[in-house]
Amino acid sequence: MTTATTTAPPPYASVQLRLDDSWLTVCACDRLTPGRGVAVLLPDGRRQAALFLDRDRRLYAIDNRDPFSGAAVLARGLVGSADGRPFVASPLLKQRFDLASGRCLDDDAAGVGVYEVRVLA
Amino acid sequence: MDPARSLLPPLSRTLVLVGHGMVGQRFLEALAERGTTATHRVVVFAEEPRPAYDRVQLTSYFSGRTPDELSVTDTGFLAEHGIELHLADPVEHIDRKARTVTSRAGRTLTYDTLVLATGSAPFVPPVPGRDAPGCFVYRTVEDVLAIEAYARAGATTGAVVGGGLLGLEAAGALQGLGLGTHVVEFAPRLMPAQVDEGGGAALLRTLTGRGLTVHTGTGTQEILTDGADNTGGTGAVRGMRLSDGTELDVDLVVFSAGVRARDQLARECGLAVGERGGVVVDERCRTGDPRVYAIGECAQAADGRVYGLVAPGYEMAQTAAAAIAAHDATAASTTVFTGADTSTKLKLLGVDVASFGDAHGAAEGCLDVAYADSRSGTYKKLVVDADGTLLGGVLVGDTEAYGTLRALTGSVPPTPAEQLVLPAGAGAAPALGPEALPGDAVVCNCHNVTKDAVQACATLTEVKKCTKAGTGCGSCVRLIGQLLPESGDTGLCGCFPQTRQELYEIVRTLRIASYRELLDRHGREGARGGEGCETCKPAVASVIASLASAIGADGYVLDGEQAALQDTNDHFLANLQKNGSYSVVPRIPGGEITPDKLIVIGEVAREFGLYTKITGGQRIDLFGARVEQLPRIWARLVAAGFESGHAYGKALRTVKSCVGRTWCRYGVQDSVRMAIDLELRYRGLRAPHKLKSAVSGCARECAEARSKDFGVIATAGGWNLYVGGNGGAAPRHADLLAQDLDDAGLVRLVDRFLMFYIRTADRLERTSAWLERIDGGLDHVRDVVVHDSLGLCAELEALMADHVTHYRDEWAETLADPERLARFVSFVNAPEAPDPLVAFVPERGQIKPDLPLLTLRPPAPAPTPALEGATSR
Ligand code: SRM
Ligand SMILES: Cc1cc2nc3c(=O)[nH]c(=O)nc-3n(C[C@H](O)[C@H](O)[C@H](O)COP(=O)(O)OP(=O)(O)OC[C@H]3O[C@@H](n4cnc5c(N)ncnc54)[C@H](O)[C@@H]3O)c2cc1C
Ligand code: SF4
Ligand code: FES
Repeated sequence: MTTATTTAPPPYASVQLRLDDSWLTVCACDRLTPGRGVAVLLPDGRRQAALFLDRDRRLYAIDNRDPFSGAAVLARGLVGSADGRPFVASPLLKQRFDLASGRCLDDDAAGVGVYEVRVLA
Repeated sequence: MDPARSLLPPLSRTLVLVGHGMVGQRFLEALAERGTTATHRVVVFAEEPRPAYDRVQLTSYFSGRTPDELSVTDTGFLAEHGIELHLADPVEHIDRKARTVTSRAGRTLTYDTLVLATGSAPFVPPVPGRDAPGCFVYRTVEDVLAIEAYARAGATTGAVVGGGLLGLEAAGALQGLGLGTHVVEFAPRLMPAQVDEGGGAALLRTLTGRGLTVHTGTGTQEILTDGADNTGGTGAVRGMRLSDGTELDVDLVVFSAGVRARDQLARECGLAVGERGGVVVDERCRTGDPRVYAIGECAQAADGRVYGLVAPGYEMAQTAAAAIAAHDATAASTTVFTGADTSTKLKLLGVDVASFGDAHGAAEGCLDVAYADSRSGTYKKLVVDADGTLLGGVLVGDTEAYGTLRALTGSVPPTPAEQLVLPAGAGAAPALGPEALPGDAVVCNCHNVTKDAVQACATLTEVKKCTKAGTGCGSCVRLIGQLLPESGDTGLCGCFPQTRQELYEIVRTLRIASYRELLDRHGREGARGGEGCETCKPAVASVIASLASAIGADGYVLDGEQAALQDTNDHFLANLQKNGSYSVVPRIPGGEITPDKLIVIGEVAREFGLYTKITGGQRIDLFGARVEQLPRIWARLVAAGFESGHAYGKALRTVKSCVGRTWCRYGVQDSVRMAIDLELRYRGLRAPHKLKSAVSGCARECAEARSKDFGVIATAGGWNLYVGGNGGAAPRHADLLAQDLDDAGLVRLVDRFLMFYIRTADRLERTSAWLERIDGGLDHVRDVVVHDSLGLCAELEALMADHVTHYRDEWAETLADPERLARFVSFVNAPEAPDPLVAFVPERGQIKPDLPLLTLRPPAPAPTPALEGATSR
């Protein structure tokens, strides 16, 4: 599973997340810092996504909830890469999640959902 | 000629030696040893006006050695062996057919054997003005005399073209003559042929510290002269223009841009010369003409190299002498010269430099083990192959181990390379390597795991999983690594092959203030250009923060690229709790707090509904703050005079105090004041791990100072300083570092101790583990910080002074900057909406996280993932 990514978004373009069959406009690209994430509240007021920009300015979005602690904190983890694939390490107990697939790199049984992201110029 | 000699029948054969340099003289000695001087008439032509002297020691002329003292020609030697020496009479022509040489003075001699030992000549790049008065080379005694005379006649500033071995010697000479001295080196580092990048950096630092102005990575474009054609101009050097456009005001220039073999005579008489110069000779130092030999720097040896060092030249002298003697005996000589080790050990401007073996790590798959401390000018690198076989190395600043290391080259040293490069310092001899440990030796003290148990596993991950070794304090991880098959990789993580300490040196010496630059330039091949990882990002952030002012980085941890490196705690300047909320810990220096401030903390806690607890560190922790509340909470606290307590950082936490002399009947010093002073001094200091301290007013030790990284206990005469204490998982009592210090002495020592720790500790290595790990342990640390054995103390103190001057409260700064505040939002699309998972339930009159909420099944599954690789605009 791979989430859609776009390269080199223009700074003021809007970032959108795919929700079932609609697109949610989240923020302008320049709100994102390469190597860090932000949390996104989904319209149901409960679910949250974690949106990341990597240093090559590619976008990724995964579920914000850390399955190990139950807390919605993945957006606050550190981004890294392993074998050329970006991941985020949970800030709580440090398990790593592949940003493109949501797969947990430290526990095959765990993972998080992923969202398609696009940039609306 | 020896009168006794003239009575003997005339010698039947004539040997002519061209050149009386160091190698020529050694050759004559070898001839004499073999008796060849008794069977041959030996005639030597020398271009220089004096017999052979010690060119290697030429520079010692400036420290008072006279040309006579430099001589390597024993006055009796030539006479004793009937050797004829014609000084200042160079050979100008060789006729191989007629077997004659002709000298400048017109002497023509027929030879049976001819030996060329003409050495080499300095290369002077063809830049305009290079012949102007004031331009010199650095090769002979006459050169040195001329430079001295010119300098004394009124020169003030000199430049040396070439930052190699000889260039630096020349620079030292100019400095010795009292000239301001520049060195211009085309390569990006000094001594490019001998040392690697790290060694060059160490050298640069030391030499710059000694007043040399170094320009690397730039060439000399033109020597500017005081136009001779203009009225009054002398045509002499007045400056120099570099290829980067810089103009230097200099009145004396020394060219030392390499040497060229003096093979002119050989070329002219049709002997083969190498592509890059040098008379081609075989293993016995014989040219294509069986009667002609060439030795020393003018020869290209059988391995195709021209050696610019005296030791290989000496070997060639022996070889040629043996070949000539054997030729007489019509037996092939067994002495051959097939090439030499170019190991060198020198002292340049008082800096020891040595390189040996495969110093540049040219062998495939080889690894570097380096220790760099360029503040003290020490750089040591050993090149080992995958099995640990020592292949070569570079030593700058401390070449003590050169002999041993060179001897060990080609074998696996009994002590691991890591230990071999550590500074000799006082204290224990290097411990034996892990291979010497018995199988039942306990490798991990935390988990009581033996070497055998560790070696039953294949990787560190496996070791940790199966034996738990290395999962405690972590101090054994390095040793475990050495015991495992893929040993040798001491790198910080999958991204960097260097240790934290090495990265610290790289950041400091190359002034790299960007994580990306560090990763892309110094990371592992596969990690360059990538995102890094959660291990190295905060570690590098901490290094950059510790060195901020020294490397011109911004000390504010949240700015620019730094922002993305920080663990969430540093990023939000607060501690993340299990439900995603944060705790807030204002600094309460020494644990002393006014009622008014206590009230403010109470009011803030009440207003924001925070759980309040007195910590084990003598301060107050406020729990349960949501990320978007942090700025408002801190605005209140800052307004009341509080600062960040850095509970989130690998930084100074608290300096606990007991009540001390002011109130306590036993107290002998004011422990509260000292604790406050220390806490204010070191607040905000970034370190490999957190730092804790305490000050007790007497030996009853109510502040538990001996469980701290640096603990202070009052005495009647002042303060005792203890270091390396730890509570936590592996408690350790601190060791006494120094006694009865006065206030200033105490602070000075703590400054040094902390900075030395910050500089040399591994990532997440508390002072206790560090003290146990480093070679020489406490004794070594005492030598360095008390006795200044590495000459580092002034620098350590300066670094701390920098820290103290540049300290700013992170929270006050954050609040003052809307841009920085922008990140304190719960959601990028709903900045003030509370995280629905951060909810609380009551307990004992306060709140606690609603834990069942966290264990509920996550809400609705995530949306359908997109198609593989789909991109949309
Ligand atoms: C709040 C406090 C407990 C308390 O309620 O009293 C506390 C709380 C935490 N300690 Fe502690 N420690 C606290 C005093 C101590 C002490 C006692 C002391 O400082 O006198 C120790 C033993 C002394 C020592 O450090 O040597 C202590 C030894 C540890 C350790 C083990 C360190 C070690 O070297 O083994 C850790 C883990 C670590 O840092 O890696 C730790 C880590 C933590 C962390 C940061 C764990 C974490 O990553 O979340 C806790 C964060 C709480 C928070 O969010 O604020 N805490 N912790 C104390 C805060 C003191 C302060 O004012 O800053
Ligand atoms: C300042 C300085 C420092 C050095 N430091 C070191 C060091 O630390 N370690 C090290 O290993 N090496 C060092 N070297 C290099 C070392 O001095 C040389 O490798 C060594 O001197 C080579 O000896 P040689 O006899 O081959 O050449 P030289 O010593 O150069 O001798 C050659 C002689 O031949 C003479 N000559 C040339 N042409 C003719 C001709 N046609 N007729 C007659 N005579 C002629 C030259 O005038 C010269 O006197 C240093 C050199 C210098 C200049
Ligand atoms: S350590 Fe000594 S001075 Fe301090 S409170 Fe305890 S008894 Fe009093
Ligand atoms: S983890 Fe092994 S000694 Fe501490």
